[in-house]
Parts: sequence; structure tokens; C-alpha cells
Amino acid sequence: MEKDKAVRRGIGRFSLVICLLFALLIIALAVNLAVGSVRLSPNELLDLLKNGRNASTESLIVFNIRMPRMLLAAILGGALAVSGFLLQSFFRNPIAGPFVLGISSGAKMIVGITMIFLAGSISLSPAVLVCAAFVGSLLITAVVLLFSQKVRNMELLLVVGIMVGYICSAVTDMAVTFASEQDIVNLKYWSMGTFSGKGWESVVTAALISAPALIAAWLLSKPMGAYALGEGYAKSMGVAVKPFRLALILLSSLLSACVTALAGPISFVGIAVPHITRTMLKSSKPALVIPAAFLAGAVFCLFCDLIARTVFSPTELNIGTVTSIFGAPVVILMMVNRRRRAGQ
Amino acid sequence: MTAFFKTNGLSVGYNGKTLIRDIDIVLNKGGILTLIGPNGSGKSTILKTIARQLAAIRGSVTVDGWELFKMSAKEVAKKQAVVLTERIRPELYTVRDLVGLGRYPYTNIVGRLTDEDRRAVDECLALVHVKDLAERDFTTLSDGQKQRVILARALAQQPELLVLDEPTAYLDIKHKTELLSLLRFLARERGMTVIMSLHEIDLAAKASDLLLCVKGETIAAFGTPDEVLRSLPVEELYELEKGSYDPDFGSVELEKPDGKPRVFVIAGAGHGIPVMRSLQRERVPFAAGILFENDIDARVAAKLAEEAVIAPAFEPISEKLYEKAKQLILECEGVIDAGTPVGTFNEANGRLLALAAEKGLLKNE
Repeated sequence: MEKDKAVRRGIGRFSLVICLLFALLIIALAVNLAVGSVRLSPNELLDLLKNGRNASTESLIVFNIRMPRMLLAAILGGALAVSGFLLQSFFRNPIAGPFVLGISSGAKMIVGITMIFLAGSISLSPAVLVCAAFVGSLLITAVVLLFSQKVRNMELLLVVGIMVGYICSAVTDMAVTFASEQDIVNLKYWSMGTFSGKGWESVVTAALISAPALIAAWLLSKPMGAYALGEGYAKSMGVAVKPFRLALILLSSLLSACVTALAGPISFVGIAVPHITRTMLKSSKPALVIPAAFLAGAVFCLFCDLIARTVFSPTELNIGTVTSIFGAPVVILMMVNRRRRAGQ
Repeated sequence: MTAFFKTNGLSVGYNGKTLIRDIDIVLNKGGILTLIGPNGSGKSTILKTIARQLAAIRGSVTVDGWELFKMSAKEVAKKQAVVLTERIRPELYTVRDLVGLGRYPYTNIVGRLTDEDRRAVDECLALVHVKDLAERDFTTLSDGQKQRVILARALAQQPELLVLDEPTAYLDIKHKTELLSLLRFLARERGMTVIMSLHEIDLAAKASDLLLCVKGETIAAFGTPDEVLRSLPVEELYELEKGSYDPDFGSVELEKPDGKPRVFVIAGAGHGIPVMRSLQRERVPFAAGILFENDIDARVAAKLAEEAVIAPAFEPISEKLYEKAKQLILECEGVIDAGTPVGTFNEANGRLLALAAEKGLLKNE
């Protein structure tokens, strides 16, 4: 029957995209493990993986350096993409994202302040940093929401977000001025954004925070679909709008805070990846977009990280530099296309 | 028969401030109630309260015997659906997916559509005649198509009550009439109860079983279109000062040219309407006659002419009226022959024409 064909086509497309993303993910993971200053052949890599850890340098590199780094890039890339998608659902606008709305910079500010002023008194475990970043994210989200009640135009809200981001960066810089040499080194390194130098502890923290948040986000896909039609329609279908909006903003902030705390601010992934995902799926259905965006974000960040650490090796690029180069043009194209369509 | 929909001493407004009070509506199943009234009169506020988007300030609303404000959100969603004025632009949604969202109160926690849900969606698509648009992207549709799809989404909730806020805004005459015919069909054939607001009073009167006029702090009138439009003239409801409205035909005339009549129009049988409207446009005050009271020209002359000589229907024109018309002609600068044929009953008009010709008053258009 005609409708079954249509249903199959939708599901078929989703399966196809998921398979493609999985294939890319596996390639990305393998390449990330093998490539670097010490290059491993596929056979050497397979041997190492089969035999588990041993005392060799190669084993150390693969298990203690590349593997946590790669897993972190995958988890955080996926988390960032989903965080962006949640914000876009919240504002019903595809150009919202944690970076452009200044939310990442807010997280960075609080993490920076924590690093400088609390470094002596408490241990800066990844979990503590995530908490600090979460506080910063929520703070700036609250500011942006306050403005969003006055400013109905999304483009204008973006300008507000970017300005708020600058203010946060200025405060961070000010804090740096008063920091000790040692703190500055740490902070500089972190604040530019990188997946390097992170151990398994960061990976576990990222996984423990992202996994429940992602599942919770996916469970919100039904009201998210209804909310795409606006508050009034969502309410009329039985969505409890206020708790739903709160859940959306908390989850989005938590995911982006996790990323900022563990890897520093990473730009444009939150907008570009969901956009690419929607385009590939030809659908905005949250139940399909969320898992696909997670995979796409993971793949995107793995490849960006690969580029960051290999292109000018041994010098490493910031991860943000690479994601900007690939992400920002996507965002520009999107805005231009939207304008053109709106003008019709 | 108990009423399907009822409000009792309902007061509505925002933030605890009452805008309109003492709203008492009684509407049977399968009936269409339309709210009319000037912009900003609070039609939307009433509809939003009925749709439970706004809390009632006082009073109660019952739907099918249920107290609306004591039902769960899900129960309400199964009982009533809405078409709102806010324009939606969901990106990358096919028509089928969008209508599928209407199954919200029936689907499981992740919103998966079952075979039954899909059947319901198909039925709704067919009902509003958008089946062949099912796989199109919603944003690529025309306004008329969009409004049908939005209606289909509401119908997918399988409601018994439809609440529509200005569903014909943005639509051209073809789509307006199609949409209203569709609502009539749903009401008559499917027993759907409909409450909506419209700006087009003429269409409201034709499509509705009941009208509710919203003006000021209370309900100005409530009843059948005939009762309402006779008890409360549209001119009064909308404070129409520069124009007039004919409730039977729903036709609007612009402001009457004021002053001493300068032209006399000899009219009848509808020939006078274009002449009188063109004089109105040129803002020339005029008199018209001699018209029988059942002549369509007489209705327009009553709204546009400074003075109209009207004769009783089905009788030859009396000498008294002839004299009155003659007097008016002699005071005018000119006479226009609208082209009305002169027959046995209106032979007086023939005499007036002859008189005008003799005095050199007759103008050739």
C-alpha cells in the first residue's frame, strides 16, 4: 500500500543514515588509533587490541593516550551535537547553539574562575569542573532567556549571545591577569579547547554524565515534536509546556557544560552537525535526529581531532580551530539559505 | 437534549484582569458557533480560555458534561483540538508527519505511530482533501493548503470540539468558502461541534448556527445569525461610521456622500446600483426614485442616497410620490437615467424622464 511505502521510505532512510554513520565512526576510530607521531599498521593495531595492554611503548600510546582521547572526542562531539539540537528545539530555530548563544563562554568563565581561585583548596577533578561549567552554562542561559522574552528575532538574539560571550571571555581574561604562572599554563591550554592530555577519568566522567542525559533527551522527543508547532499547539495536545521547557534547557546545559569542562569551548559543532543530520535524514523528527546527530557529532569531532593533531604535527591545532573551519561555513550557508527562502 | 458545550458565568482575561465577563454559551453537538466583533474585542481571549490555553477568571466551562478545567491535559486533548492564528513553520516536516503529530494523546512515550494511528492520519488527510500532498514538505505549500493541513492535524486528535481562531485569515475567497464548507460538512455529517472566530461577518452569518458578538466588557448579543444581526446592527457592533452593512446580503457600502442632492437618479430593477455606487465614489450627493420598496435598487438607495422616493410594492406609483420626485428633480442640477425600462406600474418614471428632457436636465452618461 501507498502509506506503507511511505513509512518504509522514512524508516529506510533512517537506517541507511545510521549505518553510514556507524561505518564512518568505525573508520574514524581506527584511523585515530593508528595515526599519529607513532604510526601503526592495521596489523600492528589489531595485534595490540587483541592482546591487551602490555609494557611496550605502542601499547602505552594506544591504551593510555590515543584511546581515551578518541573516546572523549567521540562522546563529547556527540553530546555537543545533541546539546545544540535541544537548544534549537527550545528556540524553534536551527541557528541556536551553545557556542553562538554565549553559553559555552559562560561555562568557560566559571571553570576558569574555579581553576584560578579554588585550585589550592579543592582538587580539580573532571566532575568538579563539569559542575562549575554547568553553573556557568545555566547562568548564561538564564541571561539569554531573559533577553529572548524581549527580543523575538532570532538573529538579534544571536548578536546578544555573541556579546554575552565576549563579556564572559573578558571576565575570564581578567581573572587570568590575577592568576599564578602555573594556573595560566593550565588555563591557556584548556581554554583553547583540546581533547589531548585527558586520561580515562575524563572519559568515565563524560560517559557517566552524557549517557543518562542523552537517554533523557531522547525520551523528550515526543513533546519536542509537538513543541515544533509552537507553545499553543503543544499545550493543546497535552504537553506540560513549562516542565518540558525546563527539562530541555537543563539537559542542553548539562551536555554542553560537560563538553566545555572536559575539552574547553568547541565552536559550531552544535549548529552544523544537527543541520547536516537533518538534511541527511530529510526530517526533523527528534526521535530520529537525536541518535543520528550523536553519531554524526562523534564522527565530526573524531575527524576534526585527527586533523588537529596530525596536519602540523608535532604542533597541535586547537580543536576549535578545526571545527570552526568546517562548521562556520555550514552555518553561513544555512543562514543565507533561510534568508533566501524567507524572502520568497 | 442537554447542551454539548456550555459556559456558565465565564469571565476571561489575562493575569487575573477581567476583559470580558458573564459569558453564557449553550451549544448543541454538531453546532457551529462563531464569535464576531471588532479587532481587539477579546474574541481570541475567549477562544484561548475555551481551549484551556488561558485560565478562566471566574465561572465554568463544560464539554460533554465534563468540567473543562478539572480534566487532565490528555483528556482535554482527546476531547478538543485547536487551529490557532500563530503561523507555524516547522522545518523538514512532511504533511503526513505533521498531521501525525495530532496523534499525540494516543501514542506511547516516544510517540510511535501504530497502524491504527496511521489509518487515522490517512482518514484525516482524505477528509480535508490533501491526500496527494501527503509527502510534500509543509513549508512549500500555499496558504490555503497549509490551513487544510493544520485542520487535518487537529482532526487527527479525533476531537468532538474544534476551536478555531480566525481560520480564514490569509485565505482568498475560494479557500475561505472551501474551508467553511468543510467545517459545515464536519458539523452536519460527523457531529463535530465547532467554535471559531471570523472577521467576515457575511460568511459568519452564512456558515454558523449561532453567533456571539463580543463588544466591550460583556457579550453584546448571542443567538441565531438572523436574531443577532437584527438585534444588533453590524454598524453598531463595529462602530461603523463611514459605511453601512446589509445583513441579508452581507454587502458593504462605503460612506454616503452628504449634502443637498445634486443629481436625481431614475432607477429600478437593479439598474441603479452601478450608477449610485459611481456617484458615491465621486462623492456627489444624490436623490433616487421612484423605486418600489421590494426593488434591489431601493436597498442600496437607502444606504447611499441623501433622499430616496420609495413606493409601496405591487401598486402603481401614486401621484403624490410623482409630485415629490418632480419637486426633487427641479431642485437638482441634473437627472441620470439608469436605463430602467418603463412599464405599466412605473409609468410615472417615464413622465419624470420626459420632464427632465424638457427642462434640459437629462444627462447622457
